[in-house]
Amino acid sequence: MMDAVLEMILPPAQALLGPLFPLVWALVKIVLIIAPLMLCVAYLTFWERKVIGWMQVRIGPNRVGPWGLLQPIADGIKLFLKEIIFPTVADKPLFVIAPILALAPALAAWAVVPFSEGWVLANIDAGVLYLLAITSVGVYGIIIAGWASNSKYAFLGSMRAAAQMVSYEVSMGLALITVLMVSGSLNLTAIVNGQAKGLFADSGVGFLSWNWLPLLPMFGVYLISGIAETNRAPFDVVEGESEIVAGHMVEYSGMAFALFFLGEYAAMILVSTMTSIFFLGGWLSPVGFLPNGFYWLAIKIASVLFLFLWIRATFPRFRYDQIMRLGWKVFVPITLVWILVVGVWMMSPLTIWK
Amino acid sequence: MEFKAVIFYVFATVLIGAALRVITARNPVHAVLFLVLAFFNAAGIWMLLQAEFLAIALVMVYVGAVMVLFLFVVMMLDVNLERLRQGFWSYLPLGGMIGLLMAGEMALILGSTYFGAENFPGQDVAAGSSNTKELARLLFTKYAWPFEIASVILLVGIIGAVMLTLRKRGDSKAVNPLDQIKVKRNDRVRMVNMPFESDAPVSTESVVTAPKGE
Repeated sequence: MMDAVLEMILPPAQALLGPLFPLVWALVKIVLIIAPLMLCVAYLTFWERKVIGWMQVRIGPNRVGPWGLLQPIADGIKLFLKEIIFPTVADKPLFVIAPILALAPALAAWAVVPFSEGWVLANIDAGVLYLLAITSVGVYGIIIAGWASNSKYAFLGSMRAAAQMVSYEVSMGLALITVLMVSGSLNLTAIVNGQAKGLFADSGVGFLSWNWLPLLPMFGVYLISGIAETNRAPFDVVEGESEIVAGHMVEYSGMAFALFFLGEYAAMILVSTMTSIFFLGGWLSPVGFLPNGFYWLAIKIASVLFLFLWIRATFPRFRYDQIMRLGWKVFVPITLVWILVVGVWMMSPLTIWK
Repeated sequence: MEFKAVIFYVFATVLIGAALRVITARNPVHAVLFLVLAFFNAAGIWMLLQAEFLAIALVMVYVGAVMVLFLFVVMMLDVNLERLRQGFWSYLPLGGMIGLLMAGEMALILGSTYFGAENFPGQDVAAGSSNTKELARLLFTKYAWPFEIASVILLVGIIGAVMLTLRKRGDSKAVNPLDQIKVKRNDRVRMVNMPFESDAPVSTESVVTAPKGE
């Protein structure tokens, strides 16, 4: 049905716009990705407050609109109308650029994310590399915010952020290396399709042939590193209310603060999507008798996001030196050993990836 | 003008502007950020040359890791700009000579008829082949030894840097997290068995004697 609609719209549009058509068409596709994403971000904040409320035997937001459903809209309007206050000796241009730099990479990364077979904005060969590169840029927003605010708390927060995010990128990248080894490709569509093959997939229990089972330790490392990379609880020492107030965000107000907020939640959705694509089979159906499709990816993303919220409501915050120890002394050795294990496994007669 | 050419000129203009600002910016943090911008635009130009692996690796390694640490250090330092600018004119001749030398060497490589860049092999890669895959194949077959030796040298460099800067402070109260995790309840809390207090009439002896169970 989608194809029929597209065939009706595209040729006349092509004739009308001429050489500008590729640009306009790309922009339309970008809007088609960003607009629902922003809506998801808004309702993720609502869902988080609801879920944590239920876990703590509270009700959560329930005043604005039916069942409190308009709460994120009200929050957005409130933040939008608030004044942005600049600290006296702040570096004004950088103070403005920082929140933009925090949000932009979390959105730019979606360019290579495949939502279903062929539903991807840019199907590039080096998709995984692009993702790693773009997500590693996200730390600049936090560092610049901390420095430009001219505040000690903000600066302490940005220092913690820089060390934490650079450290966990290492274990994240190493965990992805095993995924690349078994997939033999850096293309995200090929990685998902690689998980559709194997003994279990042929016998109708596809969810056992996804990467999470043979790469189980890496799945755990990637998930936990993802939480640390997005500075979510229990690794949120970057904000650490009880120690450094709100870290890099302490001097921000109004929409500038909202951009940091949006960036954090967009990054959360991105990490959940990456986990679903790399380890949980993307849009593949878990069982043979149900068709593949985008909704499977959506269900998987929502489940991983729920796990994020669950973890936040459950665990106390890590101490800063323990975070560093976990990243460097636990995760990096585990990933290095598992890379070796997978390498030997692939070369042995017992290999399940051919 | 082709669309690609427009993109190239945009990248090139921003690259040169950012590179100039790296050395003219008054604030060292701004200079580092302009360097990041320059890296980004260089990556863009490499992308136009279809060297996508190099372009993304530049962003990932330099922008994502090296420059973050650079920025980290520069932000922590209290750089005195007046002292940095002292002796600019006395250093200019030497610096200018080095700059000219580098420019000359580059001109030699790029412009010479004997050593032109177009004479290099390797432009016959089939269309549609993955840049990253081809590079990896070459690195792990033809150039396996140089690649391995380079990585061993880097590893030695990492370990050397850690060993040179590692020092144990005597007055540090830091505790090994591993020991903390291993702590059992009995290391911290001592359970004491105490008999229930009875409602017996208060006598002087019962007050004086300590409760049993220690």
